[in-house]
Amino acid sequence: MIARFEWQDPKSLAEALAALAPEPGESAGAALLKAGGVDVIDRLKEGLDSPKRLVNLRNIPGLDRVEASPDGGLVIGPLVTLARLDADSSVRDRYAALADAAGHAATPNVRQAATIGGNILQRPRCWYFRNADFHCLKKGGGRCYAQEGENDYHAVFGNRVCAIVHPSAVATALSAIGAQLEVASAKKQRSIAIDDFFVRPDVDIQREHVLAPDEILIGIHLPAPSPGMRTAYLKLGEKESFDWPIAEAAVRLDFEPGAARVVKSARIVLGAAAPIPWRASKAEGWLVGKPITEATARQAASAAIEGATPLAQNAYKLPLLETVVRRALLAAKGVEDKA
Amino acid sequence: MSAEETQQGATAPATTRKDRFLRGVVHPELVERNVPLDEPPPWPENSKLAKVGKPTARLDGRAKATGAARYPSDIQLPGMLYARMVVSPHPHAKVLSIDTTAAERHPGVRAVHVLDRVLGGAVLSDPSKEVNSKFPIVRFAGQPVAAVAAITPAAALEAAAKIAVDYEPLPFVVDLDEAKKADAPRVFPGDAAQQASAGGGGGGGGVQQTGNVRGPMLGRGAKQDGKKATEDALAACDVVVDATFRTQVQTHSALETHGVVADWRDDGLTVYASTQSTLSVRDELAAIFDLPKAKVRVLTEFMGGGFGAKFGAGTFGLVAASLSKKTGAPVRLFYDRKEEHLSTGNRPDSEQRLRLGADKDGKLRALAFEGFGTAGVGTGAGTAGPAQALYRIPSIWTEESDVFTHAGPGAAFRAPGHPQGCFALEQAIDELAEKLGIDTLELMDRNDEHPARREERRLGAEKIGWHRRRPPTRNADATGPIRRGLGVAQAVWYRINNMDSGCEVRIAQDGSVEALSAVQDIGGGIKTVIAQVVAEELGLAPQDIVVRVGDTNYPPGPPSGGSMTTSSLTPAVRNAAYQAKLEFQKAVAGALSLSVDQVELSAGQVRVATSPPQTLTFRQAAGRLRTDVVAARAMRSPEYGERGMDFLGGVQFAEVTVDIETGIVKVERVVAVHDCGRPMNPLAIESQINGGVLQGISYALYENRRLDRSTGRMVNANLEQYKILGAMETPEIEVVLVENYLARSSTDAGGIGEPSTIPTAAAVANAIYNAIGVRVRELPITPARVLAALGKIPTTGASR
Repeated sequence: MIARFEWQDPKSLAEALAALAPEPGESAGAALLKAGGVDVIDRLKEGLDSPKRLVNLRNIPGLDRVEASPDGGLVIGPLVTLARLDADSSVRDRYAALADAAGHAATPNVRQAATIGGNILQRPRCWYFRNADFHCLKKGGGRCYAQEGENDYHAVFGNRVCAIVHPSAVATALSAIGAQLEVASAKKQRSIAIDDFFVRPDVDIQREHVLAPDEILIGIHLPAPSPGMRTAYLKLGEKESFDWPIAEAAVRLDFEPGAARVVKSARIVLGAAAPIPWRASKAEGWLVGKPITEATARQAASAAIEGATPLAQNAYKLPLLETVVRRALLAAKGVEDKA
Repeated sequence: MSAEETQQGATAPATTRKDRFLRGVVHPELVERNVPLDEPPPWPENSKLAKVGKPTARLDGRAKATGAARYPSDIQLPGMLYARMVVSPHPHAKVLSIDTTAAERHPGVRAVHVLDRVLGGAVLSDPSKEVNSKFPIVRFAGQPVAAVAAITPAAALEAAAKIAVDYEPLPFVVDLDEAKKADAPRVFPGDAAQQASAGGGGGGGGVQQTGNVRGPMLGRGAKQDGKKATEDALAACDVVVDATFRTQVQTHSALETHGVVADWRDDGLTVYASTQSTLSVRDELAAIFDLPKAKVRVLTEFMGGGFGAKFGAGTFGLVAASLSKKTGAPVRLFYDRKEEHLSTGNRPDSEQRLRLGADKDGKLRALAFEGFGTAGVGTGAGTAGPAQALYRIPSIWTEESDVFTHAGPGAAFRAPGHPQGCFALEQAIDELAEKLGIDTLELMDRNDEHPARREERRLGAEKIGWHRRRPPTRNADATGPIRRGLGVAQAVWYRINNMDSGCEVRIAQDGSVEALSAVQDIGGGIKTVIAQVVAEELGLAPQDIVVRVGDTNYPPGPPSGGSMTTSSLTPAVRNAAYQAKLEFQKAVAGALSLSVDQVELSAGQVRVATSPPQTLTFRQAAGRLRTDVVAARAMRSPEYGERGMDFLGGVQFAEVTVDIETGIVKVERVVAVHDCGRPMNPLAIESQINGGVLQGISYALYENRRLDRSTGRMVNANLEQYKILGAMETPEIEVVLVENYLARSSTDAGGIGEPSTIPTAAAVANAIYNAIGVRVRELPITPARVLAALGKIPTTGASR
C-alpha cells in the first residue's frame, strides 16, 4: 500500500533538475527520482520512502542513448534497460561482463523495465533495511540487526558497521570495466570514477554513493577497450529465476601484446560480498605478469578472499566467491582464446 | 426407505442389492458389494467410459486465463468500504491501551473495530489462567489488534497508522530448541489446545504439557510396554540407521491472500470468501454472530489457492463482518502479502530422530520415532504419519510433541506432517538400503506389499532409467564439478470422505442441464469433473453441463482438504445425475403416455417405444417435459464394503545435478507415479501432480520462513526474499497414473492434491546423496548446507 504522492513528468533534464530541487520549506528528499521504478515501488510500498513527489525520468529525450564516445569508448544513458544492455552488440561485443551482469539479473520482465542507472543507484536489499519494522543503523536507528541476526545473505568484507551487500550486479561489472559516471546538477556537470563513486558504511552509513541530492546521473562512460582487454561476469544464486546473487565476480584482464599473453593489468571485483563492489586488489596485483591458467586462476581466487570477515551464517560465501572468481578469470581468458 | 422401516419385520422389502465392482491395479478383479437400491449400476474401467477418465480441459480455463473469472478479491460492491488491520510488531505483549480517536477523526473512516478475540492457533484450556488483560494477549508479531474501515484503501492505510496502541512487551521465544528449555518464556500460561480443521492440523485435547512442550503424543494403539518392545526389537536388528532430520517452516503463499468481502444486511449476511470450505465459513460466522445458518450465505465462485490454510471465517472474516454490521456497508478485507506470511498459517518445522532397524535379509524389524515441531501459537506439528503408515514394520514406537513458540499459527498444509515425515523416513530407508547392500527399490519391495505402490515403483524405475543409478563412490570419479544422482521416495495418504457432500442436477425443458453444489473449486478442477460425471450419466458432453459451485444456497459441498473433494463429491453427483435421468425418463414417458420402461436415455439419445419406435435427441425429448424442469438431489452414500482405511499414494523419482564447488543443486527431472482410485480427469490430475512436485522442490531447496531471533519478527515476509521456485527451477516432470480400483463408491474416485507433494523433497534429498555421497539432513538444501556437508566451509559459521 503506497501513500499519496504527486507525479511529475519532466520533458527535459533541466525540468527534472528543477523538480528535484526542494521547494521553499521542503527538506531535501521531498522529491524522489524514478527511472524503471522497480526499486522505488518496493520502497514506497514498504513505506521506507514517502516522497512528496515522484519525478519520472522516462520521458526525457536522450537518457536512453547508447553511443560511441570520442575516445573510442561507449556512453550509456541511465535509462537504458538491462534487457537492452544484454542484447546490444556494441555492449556485448566489447564489454561482455556488463552484458552478462545485466542479462542475468532478476527476470526477463524486470529487465525490460529496470534501467542501468536505477540498478546502480538502488538501495540495498538487506532484509532488515527493507522491513519497516526494523529501525536499523542505516535508517537512523541504533544497531545493525544483521551483525547478530539472520545474516547468511550479508557481507563478508567491510561488514563491521553495517553488513549490507551492494545489490547491483551492473555495478560489479562496471567496477571491473573501470567506468566513469557522468552526473549533472543545475549548476555543473562532473565525472566520477566508479572506484570513487560508492560509499562504505563506515564512511557514511546513510548513503551508498556520492551523488549529491541535487544531482542526476546522466551517463555511464565505458573506456575504450585496449586490444588485449577481456571481461567476464559470473553470478551464483540459490535460484536462477528472480533471485539475488549469493556470490558474483566480474573481471577485466588486459593482456600484454604478443604470444606470451601474460596479464598486463587486472581488475577483479566481488559482488554480493561487501557494502560496495569489492576490489580484490591483492589478487589483481598478484596476477600481473602471469598467464591465466587453471593454477594461476586458482591462486588468484584464493588471494581474492583473503581478509574476509564472515559473520555467523555466511562463511559459506567464501568458497562460492573463490569459485566464482576462478571461473570468471578462466571465462575471460576463454573469450581471448576464441578471438 | 428409512432404516426404521427396514426393522419392521422379515417381510420388509430389501434395501440393498448386490453388485460386482472392480477392485485392484493393472488387472482388477470383480468383487461383490451390497449397495443401496438407488445407487447407479457399477461403472466399468475407464477405457470403457465415454467422458470420465478422459483428459478434459477445464471448463473455466478460458475465464481464468483471460481474467474474466471474478475471484473473491476482485469483488466490488456499491458503497464498499476497505478495511485494514493494525497488527502488533511485538511477538509477545500485553496491550495496555488502544486509542482510536485520531483514526475515527480521519474523514475517510467509517468505522473502527478493536479486536476482542483472534481466531486460529491454540487456546488456553482454562481461560482463568490468562494474564489479566482488557485485550487479547499478543503471542506473535503480526497478530491483529484493531482494524478500520474507510472509503478508500489509502484512507484505510492512513487511518490505521493513526491508531495508537500501547504495548507492554513481554519475554518471547521463537526458536524451537530454545522454546523446549525449562526456563524458556511461556507462550501460554497453562495448557492449550487447538481444534483440527478439515484439512488436518491442530489436534485434540488431553495431551500433557510441560512448559512450551505439548506431548508426547503416542502412536495410535500404543501400549505401555511398546517402547521397551521397540527398543528390544532394535537391539536385535542386524543393521540400524540412527539419524536426526530437521525441516523448516514453509508458508502457504497462495496467490490470492486470505480475505473476504462481507455484506451485512437486515435480511442476512453475504460473504464473498476466498475459502476452501464455504460451509465452514458460514457455520463459524453463524455461530459467532448468533445468526441462523439460513441467513448466512457464502460465495466462492473462484478462489486463488489455499493449500490447507483457508478454512473457517478467520480473524479477517470476523472483523470484516463486524465492520459491515457497524457501518451498514459492504466491507472488503484482504490481507497483504506480509500479513499473509505472518498470521494465516504455515507448515510447522520439525526435528525428527529415527532409529530404523532391519535384519540382514532386508526385512524391516523396528522403528523408533521421536519428533518435535513448532506450529507457533498453534498445534499440529506432528510428523509421524509416514512412519506409522508407509511400511510393514512389526514394531513401531512413535512419540511426537508440539512446541509452542511466539510465532504465527501453523495450519493444515498439503498433507500435514507428511512431507516432513517422508523427508526423514525415506532418507533413513535409503541409508539403510546402502548399509545392507541392497538397492533401495528392492528394500521397498521387500517391506511394502501395497499393490499400487509395487506397480508404481516398477513403472517409475523404468521411466527414470533406475538402472543408470551408480553408487555415490562411483560418481566421485567424475571429472569437473558436476555430480549427477538419482533418488526415490514414496508417499501414502489416507482416503478420507466427507458425507456432507451433495449435488442437485436439473434438466430443463430446453434440454439444458445444470449441476449445483456448495463445493468450492480450490483449483483442482472439480467443476470440470462434475460436468464429466453428469455428462457420462446423461450421454452428453461435459461442455453441455452448466456447473454452479461455491454458494451455500446450493446442496452442501465438502471442504477441499485432505484430498477429499473428488472422492467425497463425485458419487453424490453421479447419484443425482442418475436419479435425474430416471425422473427425466419417467416424465418423458408420462408426456408420451408410455410406461417408464418404454423410454430409455442412453448415449445422449432417447429411444421411445412408440409404434413405430422413435429415437429423439436429448433436447427433443426434454421438449416433451410438462414442467419447466426435472431435478434430483443426492448426498454422498457411505463407502461400499466393510469398514477400513484405504490408502492413496505414489512414488517419485528425482534426477539432480550438484555442483560440488558451489553446492548448487539443480533438479533436472522428476518422474511421478501416482494412484487416486479411478482417475476422473487425467489432465487435471497431471496438473495437480505438477503443482505438487513443484511445491515439493520449492520446499526441498528454497522456501524458508526466517524469524529474527532477537526481535521475533519475520525478515522475509514477501515473495522476493521468501524464495519460491520459478520457471528456471522447473524440471522436466513426467506423470504416470495408475488406475487403482477400490470398489468403494459409485465413481470410486480418490484424491491427489496431497500425495503429489509428499515424497518430492525426500526423493530430491536421496538423489543429492547419490550424487555427492554425503547426506544433507536439513531442509531447505541450500548451497550453504551442501557445502557444509561436503566439508568445504572454512570456519564454523554454519548457516541456518
